[in-house]
Amino acid sequence: MWIYEKKLQYPVRVSKCDPRMAKFLIEQYGGSDGELAAALRYLNQRYTIPDKVIGLLTDIGTEEFAHLEMIATMVYKLTKDATVQQMEAAGLGAHFANHNRALFYENAAGVPWTAAYIAAKGDPIADLYEDIAAEEKARATYQWLIEMTDDVDLQDGLKFLRQREIIHAQRFKEAVEILKAEKDVKKVF
Amino acid sequence: MMLTNQIRCWQPFIGPFDPCKPMLVKTFVTPPNLFIPFQPPRLPQFPPYEALQKGTLWPLFFSPYDCRQQ
Repeated sequence: MWIYEKKLQYPVRVSKCDPRMAKFLIEQYGGSDGELAAALRYLNQRYTIPDKVIGLLTDIGTEEFAHLEMIATMVYKLTKDATVQQMEAAGLGAHFANHNRALFYENAAGVPWTAAYIAAKGDPIADLYEDIAAEEKARATYQWLIEMTDDVDLQDGLKFLRQREIIHAQRFKEAVEILKAEKDVKKVF
Repeated sequence: MMLTNQIRCWQPFIGPFDPCKPMLVKTFVTPPNLFIPFQPPRLPQFPPYEALQKGTLWPLFFSPYDCRQQ
């Protein structure tokens, strides 16, 4: 059960008409290390992870959906008013032929999202290490995206998202520490 | 957190017949989470609005990243 708040986690502002950037941002929408993959990965792993870290996966998985909305907003703003010619010039001709200006869960190369992007090994350490790696990969993707635009307002939103990846990686590392510490738990009377 | 603390540099091999102008130094980022196993209690915090803008409450975990820093 979720409660929806009808606003973005962090305000998204795009100041430069640059549909080309939408094609690159879509990597974080429907790519292997994108926000959709992240949300579904964590919210699925919750069921078979030790109780102590279920809440963490729920919290972070939910926040990933908030990030997904931010990326969607960026892509939408960049493409909603683009002409067919602008879409083609931005490398979005094939996208337009299939989807018009609709968003689609695909990566920057147009490959559709697949569940094969997310793993669920059922081993708490293996799963959490996968999550840490996913966060670091998403952080790197945000770095490359920041370098691909000179729109400081768009960069601002991307920097926020990059920082969140760092915090999420930290929390997953702490989850591993919690599970490692289980053996040392002593009952104090 | 100083920005420069989080950057690492390395010098890749430069071949005599490389087709493009070589990049002498390559860099990558080592964000603060790599160095902190478990967040210590009672850390200083950013003021709320600054925390929102930065994406974290904790100066210890803040990792700035600017365009073309590589």
